[in-house]
Amino acid sequence: MPDRTDKENFVLQTPEHVATVEAGTHTLQSVGAGVELSASDSYGLTGEARSQFRLVLGRFLQQRLAIIGLCTFVGLGLASVLVGHFWQYSYTDITNDLNFSPSWSHPFGTNSIGGDMFAQVMAGVQKDIEIALTVAAMATLIGVTIGAIAGFYRGFVDSLLMRFVDLVLVLPVLAVLILLSSKLAKQSNNWLGLAAIIGLLSWTYVARLVRADFLSLRERDFVEASRALGATNRRIIVKHMLPNAIGPITVNATLTVALSIIFESTLSFLGLGVQPPQVSLGLLVNQGQDSATTEWWLFVFPVAFLIILILSIFLIGDGLRESFDPKKSRVRA
Amino acid sequence: MSDPALQVDHLEVDFQTKEGVVHAVRGVDLTLKPGEVLGIVGESGSGKSVTALACMGLLPKSARVSGSIRFKGDELLGQKEKQLTTVRGTGIAMIFQDPMTSLNPVYTIGWQITEAILAHQDMTKEEARQRAIDLLAKVGIPNPAERVDNFPHEFSGGMRQRAVIAIAMANDPDVILADEPTTALDVTVQAQVLDSLRTALSETGASLLLITHDLGVIAGLSDRVMVMYAGRPVEIGTAEDVFYHPSMPYTLGLLGSLPRLDSAGKERLRQIPGAPPSMLGDRVGCPFAPRCPLAQEVCTTTEPELTVVESVTSEAGEHKAACHFAVEVGRGDHGKVFSDGVTDNVIA
Repeated sequence: MPDRTDKENFVLQTPEHVATVEAGTHTLQSVGAGVELSASDSYGLTGEARSQFRLVLGRFLQQRLAIIGLCTFVGLGLASVLVGHFWQYSYTDITNDLNFSPSWSHPFGTNSIGGDMFAQVMAGVQKDIEIALTVAAMATLIGVTIGAIAGFYRGFVDSLLMRFVDLVLVLPVLAVLILLSSKLAKQSNNWLGLAAIIGLLSWTYVARLVRADFLSLRERDFVEASRALGATNRRIIVKHMLPNAIGPITVNATLTVALSIIFESTLSFLGLGVQPPQVSLGLLVNQGQDSATTEWWLFVFPVAFLIILILSIFLIGDGLRESFDPKKSRVRA
Repeated sequence: MSDPALQVDHLEVDFQTKEGVVHAVRGVDLTLKPGEVLGIVGESGSGKSVTALACMGLLPKSARVSGSIRFKGDELLGQKEKQLTTVRGTGIAMIFQDPMTSLNPVYTIGWQITEAILAHQDMTKEEARQRAIDLLAKVGIPNPAERVDNFPHEFSGGMRQRAVIAIAMANDPDVILADEPTTALDVTVQAQVLDSLRTALSETGASLLLITHDLGVIAGLSDRVMVMYAGRPVEIGTAEDVFYHPSMPYTLGLLGSLPRLDSAGKERLRQIPGAPPSMLGDRVGCPFAPRCPLAQEVCTTTEPELTVVESVTSEAGEHKAACHFAVEVGRGDHGKVFSDGVTDNVIA
């Protein structure tokens, strides 16, 4: 017997294992401290699930590009909020400086009616992030719910939900928005309506992804084992299967953020998205395109920020994908 | 005598498939007394696992189940899912074949044991965690206080299966169903897992339904043995009866295909010619007849019922076999029923 014990301990001494053991221990300590873990959050991703989060975070932090992406994204978000509050001009201000090229008082110049482009671009960044996060949250929530139910129950429920997904997929998004844009334009907070529409049209991919994952997960032994222990369907779905699908869901949510920014920009560029006096990057690109050769700053800054924003999100998504992949223990920088 | 822990009567399970109806289980009767270990042996597809899953109510919806399964006198068949969830875990616990996949990879071992405990018992998280550590210690996991925070991938196969046994023990079940608990493990680890299983039985006082195709495991652990073939029990009796006085040619074949330490010289292992029958559609006669060297005319026309045969152990009537020639087989020299010239499987 002592021999066996030694062997098992010996096996554990490889660096990887030590790292994960530590991660696990930390989490359970935090569980011990957090007395709030009671019946109220028995269905959430509580303490122990966070240990997986820790593993993923560890791998994420080893990737230089992903960190650059994350810093850029968070930095842009913070900067846009700060600029909105503290910059001397608001994006709605109209100054007497018409068509100024970039200078100290107007770092990104001004447009033909005297609007400060720095304030406008930053407001656009903020609006884009707001829209994108709303869309991603909506799309993920709807998609995960529908995909999980379809994949878990299969059969008739699955067919019904997936045909509904097909239906939503074939809706011509542009046509829908053109139809709704006249109504949207009248509202003061039309970006929320816009986000809702994009969200309602973009959950289908998540639903398919989660369904596919659940179809495979439901056949795994641990699902049957937890049923053999008396777990209910709801508990199996929420506590046992969803955490196993969290990787693809997170990665996809990130990509949805990026894609909805692109989509919003497209719509705004076509005049179907965010309406003045609110600004978005797409709208600014649209307004600046005519003068791109003469007043270059009206065009270049919005486009540059749009690209940086989207690129940073894609980098985050890429990093997340690598982090969630259990086969990638050694992460390249 | 008290109620049997588990009583199965005339259990039949059919699956509707594109090719037709598959009769996976065709009339299983079994009684599991409190504290008893009943081993079920048989080759793949003989209906062992389906029988176990039926007892848990875990068969897919496409399965048609008839008969009766009573747990401590209460009928389980036809029960609502809600009632079954209260029996599962507390009344009947199940150990699955492959410990690599029967633990959830995203949670720690401790979390999974704790979950099982908290699902059925009123305990605080700390108490449940302490119990989880105790359970791990009982099944022989070294350093349980630290190992409880490990993830399944940090456990070896044998340790995982022991953790699964700990989960099965967690709620003091009255019946443990073990579906080939050692099949996925290598031989040295099997012994450790069987030890843990013995501990689990003595700790909980549970009866065990041990499903395996490993005769050695059965011989070491079970009080009674049931041999299944083509969805039916073909021989049932105490371990001594079945192993020393097999009365059904199929049992003989199974025993003859095992290497023996006490055999003299170089003996060929005997194999049972042919393959198990397809379970599709209806058939007449003994399902083993096409492979049976003793088959006669009657075997191809009439399927034999389980009948009482001579028992070496005290309780008469406990040893039953389904063979038209059970008495003759029981008396004969089992080694010679299957000829040894037909196989190339030589153990040198």
